[in-house]
Amino acid sequence: MIGLEHYLTTAAFLFVTGIFGIFLNRKNVIVILMSIELMLLAVNINLVAFSSFLGDMVGQVFTLFVLTVAAAEAAIGLAILVCFFRNSGTIAVEDINVMKG
Amino acid sequence: METIILFAPLLGALIAGFGHKVIGERGAMNVSTGLLFLAAGLSWVVFLTYDGQMQQIPVLRWVESGSLSADWAIRLDRLTTIMLVVVTTVSSLVHLYSYGYMDNDPQWKEGESYKPRFFAYLSFFTFSMLMLVTSDNLLQMFFGWEGVGVASYLLIGFYYRKPSANAAAIKAFVVNRVGDFGFALGIFGLFYMVDSIQFSDVFTQGHHLSTIKMDFLYMEVSAIELLTFLLFVGAMGKSAQLFLHTWLPDAMEGPTPVSALIHAATMVTAGVFLVVRMSPLFEYAPGTLMFVTVVGATTAFVAATIGLVQNDIKRVIAYSTMSQLGYMFAAAGVGVYQAAMFHLFTHAAFKAMLFLGAGSVIHAMHHEQDMRNYGGLRKKIPVTFWAMMIGTLAITGVGVPATIMKLGEVPIGFAGFLSKDAIIESTFAAGTEVGQFAFVLLVAAALMTAFYSWRLMFLTFYGTPRGDKHTHEHAHESPRTMLIPLVVLMVGSVLAGMVFYSDFFGHDVAEFFGASVYTNHETNTVLHDAHYVPAWVIWSPFVAMIVGSLTAYWFYIRRPGIPAVLAGQFDFIYRLFLNKWYFDEVYDVVFVRGAKWLGHFLWKRGDGRVIDGTINGVAMGIIPLLTRLAGRAQSGYLFHYALGMVLGIVALITWMSISGGAN
Repeated sequence: MIGLEHYLTTAAFLFVTGIFGIFLNRKNVIVILMSIELMLLAVNINLVAFSSFLGDMVGQVFTLFVLTVAAAEAAIGLAILVCFFRNSGTIAVEDINVMKG
Repeated sequence: METIILFAPLLGALIAGFGHKVIGERGAMNVSTGLLFLAAGLSWVVFLTYDGQMQQIPVLRWVESGSLSADWAIRLDRLTTIMLVVVTTVSSLVHLYSYGYMDNDPQWKEGESYKPRFFAYLSFFTFSMLMLVTSDNLLQMFFGWEGVGVASYLLIGFYYRKPSANAAAIKAFVVNRVGDFGFALGIFGLFYMVDSIQFSDVFTQGHHLSTIKMDFLYMEVSAIELLTFLLFVGAMGKSAQLFLHTWLPDAMEGPTPVSALIHAATMVTAGVFLVVRMSPLFEYAPGTLMFVTVVGATTAFVAATIGLVQNDIKRVIAYSTMSQLGYMFAAAGVGVYQAAMFHLFTHAAFKAMLFLGAGSVIHAMHHEQDMRNYGGLRKKIPVTFWAMMIGTLAITGVGVPATIMKLGEVPIGFAGFLSKDAIIESTFAAGTEVGQFAFVLLVAAALMTAFYSWRLMFLTFYGTPRGDKHTHEHAHESPRTMLIPLVVLMVGSVLAGMVFYSDFFGHDVAEFFGASVYTNHETNTVLHDAHYVPAWVIWSPFVAMIVGSLTAYWFYIRRPGIPAVLAGQFDFIYRLFLNKWYFDEVYDVVFVRGAKWLGHFLWKRGDGRVIDGTINGVAMGIIPLLTRLAGRAQSGYLFHYALGMVLGIVALITWMSISGGAN
């Protein structure tokens, strides 16, 4: 029987993967976007799991919201990335440090 | 009426000080002087119609704190009426005198307005002094005490463009602080022991305080001796007694009317007034009284020796003032407060006149103050000459000693003769060793008083003109506003002694002073005994005066070469006197250097190194270091920031799990 803890473990694993995807990755900005997506999905799994476990539909409604926002965010992020590539000719994370203090 | 006397000068000061732009310079002077004359007139009315009953006239509620209660009230008794008359009369005459003296002062440029300020200060001073003498409790007295201190500072430093005047003003203020510290401690101590600072309450506690002891500086001392001693320290500062006297001669930097008003007739007598006012306490403190006598007599002697050789006309009179104050304290010290008040009263008249006369000479000689540059002025300024002559006769004590011995009659003599002889006889009649000591010193001081007073007269008015020829040719008699006060004070110097002798020292003394001066008749019969001293005691100050006068005549008229020869032969003593017994130098080494070193240390090391160093170090060392570190943390790489965020969240969650979160 697959219980709540299995879902939570999977979600946590996915979330940590996302985190490490952000700051261990030195190659490509798109990977960072994907990592963020991964973290959002991990949270979604949590929400759905708890919704089903507690019998409360609000969690699943929230998931749909998060999916919508994530889609919009991905679209904007990719658009920014395209602009950035046009300006600087690279999307390697190592080369992006214009926010240096 | 007493309230009007008290507040008229304050009103004058405010109007002259703040309103002179509206009513004009002349208006300001007229208003302040007019109000002063009003106060003086009313004071005489109060003095002459006073019926002997002590009155307390409430003005307003002032301080209420715990068991401390000090209401602002006028305590009207004989002492107050005497002081009212002295203060307002001299002050109003000085106001009038200042019309002439302060006109066209060379310290100021054409068109500068300084006279309203001067008159405002004078009036303010008078108010403070009246406040002091009418006070009903010690706090009120302290208020007036500090008020005259401030006014004296302002007036000594009136010529603020002269660095020496500023220095003298600061010196006067600082030296007075030392005395005021003692006075304040005395007030605190009295409140601590008696739980009240009202005179009425304090005065009844004299006997009780003499039976108990109190702790002071880890010592157990008699309460009454300690408290009176502390009060006397305050009096020493204000009245320029030995060790706290150095400010008075320097205070001559102020304009001459100021010297006449403050440093001769009124402010410096505040200390004497304090001792007399506190007579119900001092009477039970024989130790302090002994100290008072010794200090007073020594001051009279030392100041007279210095006065012998000074060349500045105002300084001679300043040291003479100090010497005469010593006489007053000596009298108070042997328990004859009435004689002290008598001398205070007559001294105010003749010393104010000597100062105003000196001011008139200085005015005539275009602000030349060195007597070596005077000479032969008798014909040029006759009125001033006669005024100074009367003043000199009064201060040296010219009179007929034989008339003193006839009891019940008023002796014949100038004002100073009666009061000074009263003091000298009292010190002899005290019968104690301290009294003998004071008697000898005071007679010696009387000799020197005669010498330096006549020396002043001879150097100024007789002989041939010395110094700048041009100045002598233009020497002129002073305007009428300056001569009227001189004439009034001339009358006072002649008559004040004879008219009031029986009240102050003679027959009616007990009735006159009433309860305002307390004499413990069980132990103190000096006032009575003073009338039964041997004839030689009565003659001794007179003989001393004659000897001093003749010596001065011999030295400065017959054989003008002698002083220089003597000064050469007794070089050490001459230098000692000329340099005022090196008090200033000793104080410089003992106190000023140390304080300067400490100040320098705190300034350079304490402020410069520690405080400024800390601020500079933080601002220029530590903060830039932190910002450099923070700047380096901002690498611009996204993954660094992400790591930071994660670490932050981890830390937050850890902390919340351990501490139990919001619970």
